[in-house]
Amino acid sequence: MEKKDINEIEKKMKLANEGLPEKERILFSDVRPSTVGPLNKHLEQFVNWVRARSLWLLAFGTGCGAMELRPLMTSRFDMSRFGIAPRPTPRQASVFVIGGYASIKTIKRIVRSYEQMQGPKFVLALGSCTINGGMYYDSYNTINRLDYYIPVDVYIAGCMPRPEALIAGFNRLKEKIQAGECDGMNKYVENFDWYKKNQKQIIKDWNMPDYNW
Amino acid sequence: MNIGIKIFYAAISVVVATVYGLTLGGIVRKMYARVHGRYGPPVWQLFLDIIKNHGKRVGISHGIMYYLGPVFRLAGGLGTYLFIPVIYGSVVFSNFSVAGDLLLVMYFIFFGQLGMALGAGEGGHPYSPIGIARGLAQMTTFEVPFSLAVIAVAIQYQTLNITTIVAAQQGSFLNWTLFTNPFAVIAAMISLLGMNMHSPFSIVLAPQEIPIGPPIEMNSSFLATLQTNRGLFTAAKLVLFMNLFFGGATNIFIMIAKTFLIYLSSVIVGASFPRFRPEQSMRFFLKWPTIIGIISIVFIAYF
Amino acid sequence: MEQILKRIKEKIEIEPVTKQKSDLYFITVAKEHIELILSYLKDYEGFTHLAFLQAVDYLEDNKFQLTYMLYNYNIKVNLGIKVFINREKSEMTSIHKLWSHAWQYQRELHELFGIDFPDSPRVHESFVLEGWEEIPPMRRDFDTLEYSERTYYKRPGRSTNDPQKYMKEKLYKNYVEAPKIRRDND
Repeated sequence: MEKKDINEIEKKMKLANEGLPEKERILFSDVRPSTVGPLNKHLEQFVNWVRARSLWLLAFGTGCGAMELRPLMTSRFDMSRFGIAPRPTPRQASVFVIGGYASIKTIKRIVRSYEQMQGPKFVLALGSCTINGGMYYDSYNTINRLDYYIPVDVYIAGCMPRPEALIAGFNRLKEKIQAGECDGMNKYVENFDWYKKNQKQIIKDWNMPDYNW
Repeated sequence: MNIGIKIFYAAISVVVATVYGLTLGGIVRKMYARVHGRYGPPVWQLFLDIIKNHGKRVGISHGIMYYLGPVFRLAGGLGTYLFIPVIYGSVVFSNFSVAGDLLLVMYFIFFGQLGMALGAGEGGHPYSPIGIARGLAQMTTFEVPFSLAVIAVAIQYQTLNITTIVAAQQGSFLNWTLFTNPFAVIAAMISLLGMNMHSPFSIVLAPQEIPIGPPIEMNSSFLATLQTNRGLFTAAKLVLFMNLFFGGATNIFIMIAKTFLIYLSSVIVGASFPRFRPEQSMRFFLKWPTIIGIISIVFIAYF
Repeated sequence: MEQILKRIKEKIEIEPVTKQKSDLYFITVAKEHIELILSYLKDYEGFTHLAFLQAVDYLEDNKFQLTYMLYNYNIKVNLGIKVFINREKSEMTSIHKLWSHAWQYQRELHELFGIDFPDSPRVHESFVLEGWEEIPPMRRDFDTLEYSERTYYKRPGRSTNDPQKYMKEKLYKNYVEAPKIRRDND
């Protein structure tokens, strides 16, 4: 193979970061994310068992549904008995609860936070709005289907779902994690270009790197 | 004694202390939950968290110092612990107490936080320097009454060797520093509240205002290392206080009972009081505990 | 309140005046007079609080109606001042010098209705919609359903039910419609 071809292939492997101004591109990473396979069988089973019992959710209320997380934290429903704890930073969180409708301004932040979370990461989509737009299906400013922008593991239907429904959703997520079915992180990387295409189609002023490391 | 056997014993002692510290943390979480009227997380939740964080598939790093930050922090915890005799007269739990004295231990208490400052600074998140600044400032202020108490103890026993200090307190419980030098114990116990970073002095880790403080950028294994250190460091501090002020321990059950009661004091305070602002907590430490600490030195030197 | 309106009437044209409730009045002024009337109400009549500034799109009349809602703390009266401006060349004088928080309303109106307020600070920055490329979405000739179907992926299988009919079918099967009462003048 000629040297020119290798250079071109290398260029394709890198992210373009076209949204950033020329002089800032050097400040951000342009490495594509890569898939990370599971550990060996029994160790992975054990770690999955632990992951299901230590869910740290990102305390980022992305819509009205985040209101349902407050009763869940306090004494009435007390999510800490399931090992669920809120973390204020995406670096440490492993579950992202999308609370209801996501406007375009929010989906930009959602994508950013989701990419900054360390895998394996799980997404819990709350409310009808994340499934098909709910009562905002004809709105100019909210998305209709969340799974076109980030991979979703569990949906909770309703408008609004009660905290009991949320707990049921968390239990469903636990079962899925324990069975090793939640692989949203690798799914996102494998279909990276498709997700990016969808995201860039609605986020018109893309002024961040293509992947927020 | 053969140094190899000594290292082996110290390793056992470190593992026991870490497990004990983490279990204690779990019990305390449960107690806080009961105060809030909640059921609370399981006692072993902290272990699950640590295993989960080690089991993360991705861990983002920001550079060499970022790697070294948690390592320094763990080294601080280990250093504090390894130079304290845990159980008086026990071979397994005496650690390397012959090699170091009280001043070395006090240095190691500070060392971890400094290392953490270097590591968290490289993460580049603006909130971690705020947390670090608050942490170091608060640490400097609560070290003042603690140092005064330690000086009083050193004057009292005419030594800085922890084993000798424990030996001098054996016999009756009236020989404990708690009864022979009460002012020093009061000053030190107040500074323990700051050291444990429970409620009135928890601004360093303020989860709402400066998300989680210094370790904000720490993830996966880095965070797990810090959590492990938190268990070990808690145990080390409690054992140090037990040795200096409450007569040490002659077997492991007495050690567990005494350290649990010492920790309970800061949990009671933490569950009942709201949080201080940084400048309030600094003023607090530099006022009454410092005065009590000075009184303790005067008391022990002249009476 | 009547006296205040009388005093204003002596100065400029404010017809029509509507009294919605005992504490809610609406007056309509010409576009040129808005700064005059607002500063007069604020400085002399005690309407010191600008509660909100919003717009209504009258597509059929080719007009925007701006409503400045003022509140008087002394006599506890709301007063809405309506202004009609041209829909094509929508431009309005900025009032951020009278109430400094008005710039935020004006920025919002600029983004959602496309009404321009020259000299208002940061009025051209995006407010809710970042990088919007279509016509301003709150204008009534903007078809939001069509835009939503074009931009966001529609999930098939969505169905809507009329609540009254649906509940009659599902819950109240034995529901008997109330007999119609015949009146003589039917």
